[in-house]
Amino acid sequence: MTALLEIKGLHAEIAGGRKIIQGLDLTVNKGEIHAIMGPNGAGKSTLSYVLAGKPGYEITAGEVYLNGEDLLAMEADERAAKGVFLAFQYPLEIPGVATLTFLRAAFNAQRKARGEEELSSPDLIKRVREIAKTLNIDADMLKRPLNVGFSGGEKKRNETLQMALLQPSLCVLDETDSGLDIDALKVVANGVNALRSAERGMIVITHYQRLLDYIVPDIVHVFAAGRIVRTGGADLARELEATGYAQYQSEAA
Amino acid sequence: MGVAIRKTKAELGLADLYQGARRYLPGGEEITAVRAAAFDRFNAVGLPHRRVEAWRYTDLRTQMKEAKRLASLPDDAAKTKAREARDLFAGAGFRKLMVVDGAFVPELSDLADLEPGLAIQPMSDALAADKPLLSQRLGPVVPDDDPALALNTALAANGVVILVAPGTALSRPIHVAFVTTNWVATSMFTRSLVNIGAGASATVVESHQGPDGSEYQVNTAMQLVVGDEARIDHIKVVGEGNGALHIGSLLANIGARATFNQLGFVAGGSLIRNQLFVRLAGEGTVADIRGGALLSGTQHADTTLAIEHAAENGQSRETFKAVVGDTARAVFQGKITVAPGAQKTDAKMMSRALLLSDEAEADSKPELEIFADDVQCGHGTTTGAIDDELLFYLMARGIPPADAKALLIQAFIGEIIEGAANESVRDALTGAMLGWLGQRE
Ligand SMILES: Nc1ncnc2c1ncn2[C@@H]1O[C@H](COP(=O)(O)OP(=O)(O)OP(=O)(O)O)[C@@H](O)[C@H]1O
Ligand SMILES: [Mg+2]
Repeated sequence: MTALLEIKGLHAEIAGGRKIIQGLDLTVNKGEIHAIMGPNGAGKSTLSYVLAGKPGYEITAGEVYLNGEDLLAMEADERAAKGVFLAFQYPLEIPGVATLTFLRAAFNAQRKARGEEELSSPDLIKRVREIAKTLNIDADMLKRPLNVGFSGGEKKRNETLQMALLQPSLCVLDETDSGLDIDALKVVANGVNALRSAERGMIVITHYQRLLDYIVPDIVHVFAAGRIVRTGGADLARELEATGYAQYQSEAA
Repeated sequence: MGVAIRKTKAELGLADLYQGARRYLPGGEEITAVRAAAFDRFNAVGLPHRRVEAWRYTDLRTQMKEAKRLASLPDDAAKTKAREARDLFAGAGFRKLMVVDGAFVPELSDLADLEPGLAIQPMSDALAADKPLLSQRLGPVVPDDDPALALNTALAANGVVILVAPGTALSRPIHVAFVTTNWVATSMFTRSLVNIGAGASATVVESHQGPDGSEYQVNTAMQLVVGDEARIDHIKVVGEGNGALHIGSLLANIGARATFNQLGFVAGGSLIRNQLFVRLAGEGTVADIRGGALLSGTQHADTTLAIEHAAENGQSRETFKAVVGDTARAVFQGKITVAPGAQKTDAKMMSRALLLSDEAEADSKPELEIFADDVQCGHGTTTGAIDDELLFYLMARGIPPADAKALLIQAFIGEIIEGAANESVRDALTGAMLGWLGQRE
């Protein structure tokens, strides 16, 4: 097995000095899906931001490698070009930027950064339309400003669309299931499963077992107070559903 | 006033310009008298400075160091330069009229096959014939206390007159291109008139450009007289050279149940003052007034709007946006006046500035003066930097920071550009915006 992502002894704090990630070790191999579950405020989203390269966090210790390359030394856009994709827990609205314009800019920027040829607009539109169809995204939505006025579920589907278009090697899904009705959950899960491959790794952050019924993880981690406190197989998620996090929170404190 | 203020070099220079030119400026008895009165008004107060409320943020007395000599009539070389000058609207099929170094040049203008109901003539002819264009047409909309406009009235030698007969729907937009060709700094005073008869409609674009590295001075005024149930789409693009002083005045008098769409776009010049005096004279008129400015370096752009709702049931939207980089400064002053009796007025004004650097500055002064009781009026102002969260979202998708910022700037100013009903105009303005963004990189 080849390691796709290696996180070693990571400590991160937010500006102001509050420690959020406190000694995290995690290795995601190619082909694996890891689920991360844990109480509110544990630092799951913070971890996803640190991986994606959001400014405003100070890494006080530790290392992160993607395919052996130092991820922490890269800007967010470079990380994306190297294959990191974060499906946001709260996707942002950008008035004035049409969804399709945004998709084209992102897709071609990544290609350019990798020294690949850019895709012509008609080809790209065709590709986007095909993916949109599988995710039940209305073609009209692609013309609207990015996420503006989209429902919660539409925003999450739009994140999945971006992921499917950009074909990243590391997918970090931060509560992609929240805000989805049951049918939409299946559609999104199918979209994610379609991306499962021997070359790709995923970190699926969720509070609910239900998502993991559709996207079956190889490994489940319990994340509390900034680090992984327990690791198990897919059945750990079911166990958590029954017991909750009380024991881990006291353990971590 | 008891205190005698010493005249500045520029004020003395302007007085010389007037004294030297007044005998040659076009105009019969009436126009000559109007000019003299206007010059006296200017001379009494001098160049506006920061203690003049309407010019609070743009101290012309300090910033205008001298008056440049009046531009001479364009010779063949100038005409060739003008013909070859970059045209934002090239290929759009607009009827192009050229004002070169302040003079309307018929042989460079497309005057062929004028649509029935359309008449075009040089302002110099209209003035020489003593047509009362400068004095009476606009009535109460002409502010007689604005020194910059008074100077224009005193010294304007040329420009265009566009007359659209009642009921004429002009489908082909008219583009008036004001081009300064001379690299040696001169000054140009132009006055134009667009008269849209009742029930008629037209799109008139004016563009202003000139060479970089020259401190030329433009004082230009546009009078719009729009009849009842008429429609005017007026777009003004300031793309002057990077040393230019541009003072523009728009004087608009709009009739009843008319549609007034006005869009100003600043993407050039050094010191720019765009002043708009708008009077919605008739009831039930709808006005959409937008302004966009893309500023960098040490540019200073001041947009000052005074709009009067003089009759009932009028609706107006005023939307102004400025992107300000480096040490540039954007100024917006907007005053909405609702006259007594102008009930059911619905007016909303918004100004926003996007600051791209810590040294960039934006000033905004909205004002409402309401003399009617049954109205809906409001205004808002925001000033801020590029949103870091949005920037991160774009970067997290692989878009490099410079491109991500450009995309957000485009999105910001896009709301102004979208206001143009004509697609070729939107394309041209988008092109100007992309050009500006390209230069920043
Ligand atoms: N910018 C910030 N400023 C202050 N506190 C912050 C900031 N970002 C995160 N935090 C705090 O850090 C902690 C971890 O937040 P984070 O969003 O990572 O939690 P989470 O595990 O994703 O929670 P949830 O399950 O509710 O999504 C929380 O206590 C949160 O309030
Ligand atoms: Mg979270």
